[in-house]
Amino acid sequence: MNRRRTVLALATGALMLSACTGTGGTSKGADAKAADDPSKVSGTIKVLTQRTDLVADGTMKKYAAEFNKTYPKVKVEFEALTNYETEVKIRMNTENYGDVLLIPAVIKKDDYPRFFASLGTEAERSKKYLFTDYTTVDGKVYGQSPIGVIPGFLYNKKVWEEAGVTQWPTTPAEFITALKAIKSKTDAVPYYTNFAAQWPLSQWTSVNGSVSCDTQATAKLAEGDPWAEGADLRVGDQLLHDIVHEKLIEKDPTTTNWEESKPRLAKGELATQWLGTWAIIQFQDAARKAGVNPGDIGFMPFPAQKDGKFCAVVGPDYNQAVNVHSKNKPAARAWIDWFTEKSGYDKDNLAISPLKGAPLPEVLKPYEDKGVKLLEIDDAQGARVKQIDNQSEIGIYAPEYRQNLVDLARGAKKGDLDDFFADLSKRWTETQATLGS
Amino acid sequence: MTDTTEKAAVKAAAGAALAAPAPAPAPRRARVWRGVTPWLFLIAPLALLITFTYAPIANMIAYSFTDWDGVSPELRYTGAENYTEIFTREDLFRVFFVSGYYLAASAVQIVAALYFATILSFNVRFRNFFKGVLFFPYLINGVAIGFVFLYFFQDGGTLDSVLSLFGYHTDHAWLGTPVSANTSLAGVSIWRYMGLNFVLFLGAIQSIPGELYEAAELDGANRWHQFRYIIAPGIKPVLTLTVILSISGSLSVFEVPYIMTGGATGTETFVIQTLNLAFRFNKTGLASAAAVVLLLIILVVTWVQRRLVPDDKVDLT
Repeated sequence: MNRRRTVLALATGALMLSACTGTGGTSKGADAKAADDPSKVSGTIKVLTQRTDLVADGTMKKYAAEFNKTYPKVKVEFEALTNYETEVKIRMNTENYGDVLLIPAVIKKDDYPRFFASLGTEAERSKKYLFTDYTTVDGKVYGQSPIGVIPGFLYNKKVWEEAGVTQWPTTPAEFITALKAIKSKTDAVPYYTNFAAQWPLSQWTSVNGSVSCDTQATAKLAEGDPWAEGADLRVGDQLLHDIVHEKLIEKDPTTTNWEESKPRLAKGELATQWLGTWAIIQFQDAARKAGVNPGDIGFMPFPAQKDGKFCAVVGPDYNQAVNVHSKNKPAARAWIDWFTEKSGYDKDNLAISPLKGAPLPEVLKPYEDKGVKLLEIDDAQGARVKQIDNQSEIGIYAPEYRQNLVDLARGAKKGDLDDFFADLSKRWTETQATLGS
Repeated sequence: MTDTTEKAAVKAAAGAALAAPAPAPAPRRARVWRGVTPWLFLIAPLALLITFTYAPIANMIAYSFTDWDGVSPELRYTGAENYTEIFTREDLFRVFFVSGYYLAASAVQIVAALYFATILSFNVRFRNFFKGVLFFPYLINGVAIGFVFLYFFQDGGTLDSVLSLFGYHTDHAWLGTPVSANTSLAGVSIWRYMGLNFVLFLGAIQSIPGELYEAAELDGANRWHQFRYIIAPGIKPVLTLTVILSISGSLSVFEVPYIMTGGATGTETFVIQTLNLAFRFNKTGLASAAAVVLLLIILVVTWVQRRLVPDDKVDLT
């Protein structure tokens, strides 16, 4: 009996101890200034990245070697994380999360100064770089994306031509007609949902801004109802619903395969997928491996026009930032600046340069020819949108709600589309009200 | 069937073995040493148990009273707010219906495991081979199983090919509708965990002395009688344990549906939902509360079951 009591005491003691953990000390508002003389910057920095492929095949090492030509005394180490978001989130409860890292989506914008060192003021940086307002808190910028991406449809040009569609559709209805033509005239699957891989479905949120051609589209999400008649998200969701409802998709969406979808689209077994410019290079590689022409991979904007012109939203990829606890802030800063401006990472990925006034990559030549209007959305309300999204548990950046939409459209889930949208509207606007403004 | 329950069971067994009291009186110093020795041996397992089981649980309970988002340095104490939310939002509890599929599957699984264990405990040709075959799935990593079965259920995949060998050409999307998807996933669960139940039953059956069967045969008992009057009562404690594990396992299904469908098409279970709350919507506080609720439900289920089926001593004589 006595012994049992000792164990109990021991156990309770341990419980009490552990219950006290959780909050750590906070330092706030350090700066990572750019050094004047590259040869004097020294130290070893650890760079966290989600690009496991580039670390594995040595591409990142090549960047580091190139970097060392300018900054000879800095040693760069890479750590690739397969499940970037989740792993970094847990590590950020400590001070040890690399010197340079990509800002995970979970970090609240207001908390940036606690976790990252500032790269300078927005007034000064926005003269040279794009996307600065995505990471600006109180006038200071905390991150910089090395590439810009445009959302759009990747399609197989040959299949589309075979179906007799040579012009980009300009309305959702025309888009559906085009897919129907593909279904009847070719053997290809008109549209591939990538339902099982989940995240490709959440890409549909990036139609925001493309429909209305409005740089204030994000502010509208924060203040208005994204599923009101004619609102950007509603138009996108309606199109996705119609594509699925008209059976213009693969036979069994629940067992789709993302890696397999790349060569299949290149070979013309699949005709279209909604992704972004970042995917072009991956699909071209898949085409080369499959022995077909990479030039068949085309890219087109969302089928909506404003004043007779298509609009395409240019947004940042992951933003790179300096850990506020880093011992080598100048070296970390040097890496971010060099990687953004001089590494050629943007060109290697056929992506848009984050530098203002840089030319578009070759794959987007059709965009230039057709006069597609490129616009950068104002992200001042981005933090609030995320907050509403989390609080309402809708998840416009998560796959569940679009999986439900697809299930509804193909009849696996009972219900009515209008009710579905009405429910989303209700939850979104009610949360807006409870959060205040 | 959770990992932790098994580990806890193993640890408890190890602890009990080490703490066995030593006989015979001895001088005082020696007696003190004798009292302390088992504890010295226990330091390592206890430290592990506390660090990796009880400390996280305590932390989880602490978080369940806050609005922590999982990363922000600031967390606010919100009292029982998270618990109120869980019990007032019926959509959070609706996912328990999915457990029904797995519960039904457990019943099938136990019956099948019992059947095979009984047959293979008698002298059957190739019985060691069959034992291996039945236990094998349990040894495979859950993630691998998820991927294997994704190909299995794919349109034109293994299952469709096998069915067409028998001339049955199906055009069924196995994971396509909630009912069919849940049934398929529950089927995978049966395949995966039957081996464990089977081994538990087999071990229990083999501890029954062989003379009993001989005596029974002399008295004219057939195989069914032997099962009914010797095996079934002989393995009752193991049977009860399996049922408890199956029920708690059904309530906390996770790996198979998470990997195969990610909770889409109505296959979301309570654990997947909790995970989404914590990592998708950054409501770590609410998710902790949900985890605590699940823990309590499982404890209650176990307790009720122990009351209904008391764990009495087996007496075969």
